[in-house]
Amino acid sequence: MKISLMIFLLLIFAAFSYFMARQKITTAYRQHKSKHKILTLPKYFGYVAALSSLIPALLMMFFLQMVEEPYINHEISSFISSSQFDDNQDLNLYMNEIISADTPEKVAALSAEKQQVHQRYMEIQTTTDRTQAVIVLSLAILLAVWAFKKINTDTPARRVFERIVEGILLLAASIAIMTTVGIVFSVLFESTRFFGEVPILSFMFGTEWSPQTAIRADQVGSSAAFGAVPLFVGTMLISFIALLVSVPLGLMSAIYLSEYASQRVRSLTKPVLEILAGIPTVVYGFFAALTVAPFIRDLGQSMGLSVASESALAAGLVMGIMIIPFVSSLSDDVLSAVPQSLREGSLGLGATRSETIIKVLIPAALPGIVGGVLLAASRAIGETMIVVMAAGLAANLTVNPLDAVTTVTVQIVTLLTGDQEFDSAKTLAAFALGLMLFITTLILNVIALHVVRKYREQYE
Amino acid sequence: MNEAVLNGLNEPTMKVQSNRETEDSLNIEYTDTVGQPLCDDPKISTRNVDVFYADNQAIHDVSLDIGAHQVIALIGPSGCGKSTYLRTLNRMNDTIDICRVKGQILLDGHDIYQKKQDPVLLRARVGMVFQKPNPFPKSIYDNVAYGPRIHGLTRNKAELDDLVEDSLIKAGLFQEVKDRLHAPGTGLSGGQQQRLCIARTIAVQPEVILMDEPASALDPIATAKIEELINELKENFTIVIVTHSMQQAARVSQRTAYFHMGRLIEVGETDQIFTNPSHELTEKYITGRFG
Repeated sequence: MKISLMIFLLLIFAAFSYFMARQKITTAYRQHKSKHKILTLPKYFGYVAALSSLIPALLMMFFLQMVEEPYINHEISSFISSSQFDDNQDLNLYMNEIISADTPEKVAALSAEKQQVHQRYMEIQTTTDRTQAVIVLSLAILLAVWAFKKINTDTPARRVFERIVEGILLLAASIAIMTTVGIVFSVLFESTRFFGEVPILSFMFGTEWSPQTAIRADQVGSSAAFGAVPLFVGTMLISFIALLVSVPLGLMSAIYLSEYASQRVRSLTKPVLEILAGIPTVVYGFFAALTVAPFIRDLGQSMGLSVASESALAAGLVMGIMIIPFVSSLSDDVLSAVPQSLREGSLGLGATRSETIIKVLIPAALPGIVGGVLLAASRAIGETMIVVMAAGLAANLTVNPLDAVTTVTVQIVTLLTGDQEFDSAKTLAAFALGLMLFITTLILNVIALHVVRKYREQYE
Repeated sequence: MNEAVLNGLNEPTMKVQSNRETEDSLNIEYTDTVGQPLCDDPKISTRNVDVFYADNQAIHDVSLDIGAHQVIALIGPSGCGKSTYLRTLNRMNDTIDICRVKGQILLDGHDIYQKKQDPVLLRARVGMVFQKPNPFPKSIYDNVAYGPRIHGLTRNKAELDDLVEDSLIKAGLFQEVKDRLHAPGTGLSGGQQQRLCIARTIAVQPEVILMDEPASALDPIATAKIEELINELKENFTIVIVTHSMQQAARVSQRTAYFHMGRLIEVGETDQIFTNPSHELTEKYITGRFG
């Protein structure tokens, strides 16, 4: 049975038991004529009845779905004498061929032996499907009946429902956390494999990056070097330029919007500014590559400087424009949230508006502003598209913004795109880079948090 | 003499125009401001002041003198315009876009609404203390030093230290905070915060201090301290205080002005206003029949 159909049926059961339970309680209330005026509303009994059949049935369904595939694989491989395969990979290929034959034409195209296996596969699948449906649906019905019988006016339905809601919320929260933990561990695991091949110190402190490994021993010019320093320097350089652009511009536009602009101007300008954040980065990318980079090169040449046609400056400038809304929007919000009484207090002492902003409002709003800058910084560090297009791929170790540089994210992209074996040092390097990037942003976060705590000026 | 000036200034008798129920039920004819709105030695004189919020007139034709080194209390029911009037005196209303002020307001004989008057400098001469204590989220020291620093009142750290200490002493707060001058001002109790705000205001060495219900957010003990402080401050400053508490007005002020529906109804010596009010509205208000 299809999963969607099964879920649909379960929902119908749930709805049914909701109404049944509600009906039962309503009738019971009517008969009892309880002396208490405040009673648990019948709908809560309905919710409890519905959820106590729906949730376990759904959980059971997901569990069965998860064990289904290993079970079928096991059955099939015991059906075909598994000795004929050298290793798991061949068996997987064989299985894939059989599973993917989902039309009669494709089945007909299989060899006779494989057709036999396919038939067996279909049989097993039908049985497991049926078993699954029977288990899940009977569980749902059983629980629904049980809940209906069990429920009476003494059931603490409101509290039980509250518990269930709490559980659902906890589940939602833990999914995000578990995903993060899962990603961290998978990156960590792959990175340790990489560090098995390349020493960790030469990765972290090496100054040369050229990840081309030789496939054959007699190839030339493919000595792999995995020194990540040029990449991190490139990332920091571009992010620094981007922040140099976006923090002053963003902060100043936030101050204008929250303190000086009239309501009309504000209501027009703010959405427009936020549109900047909605432009796809690839659009910024070709804007950077086709307009800004040549402009900077020409400008540099006219001043007698040698500028690479793809420069860190071009990428950083465009990236800076891109992340202005992150700084301005958040800063604007926190500045507007500073109580009016502080403004009046300062103005009442004869301070001008700009003195008030610099000496009272910005210190009071500092945590929020730092938050906005941090968000912008992590956006800049993680940005890929603009750098690919405008700053190039050459891993130069330089802090000259007029040179071409490359960043961590760009290298991850180039390492993983194209046909790659997934266990070479070259692809594993991507995980190591990812891990380093993750640790870097984590450290930045911790520092920023510390700064905010230290300089926070709390108002009530 | 006062009568003559006033008759020239004010419009003839009119009826209170209002749709408020209390007004209709009171249905009292009301005339020019009664009592003595003017005085011989005014620090601030206001003449025919009208204040509008967009098309809404909040203050109607108020003429009132504020005597030097005196405390004048502005009383009246909520929404009567006393706070609005107070905020015209240091042009705090300028911060509200839709607010317009008409009429004449003279500080030491100079019109504070003339074009060349910088409202920022005016506010340094006419300080303000607000209803809710609003210390900056800075240390106690920095709160008091804020004004002197932006106006460059001191030449060096030692002078600034002295000024801060002096202001805190005048505000009656120094003994309580002398050991923690660098602790955050927001960590003080409500009454201490309000005295800190007063210290902050006197540190700028203003001539006039406007107080907008300075004790309404405080408990009785803190209120008593503030009132005591106001009594001491009038030696050096001219004080205008808006208050909801008639007892407070009676305790701290020398003159009292009663506002009603944006109009100045009666002004007089505080004793006279509270013992023998001339106007029916004033009498009804102070005897607690509305407001």
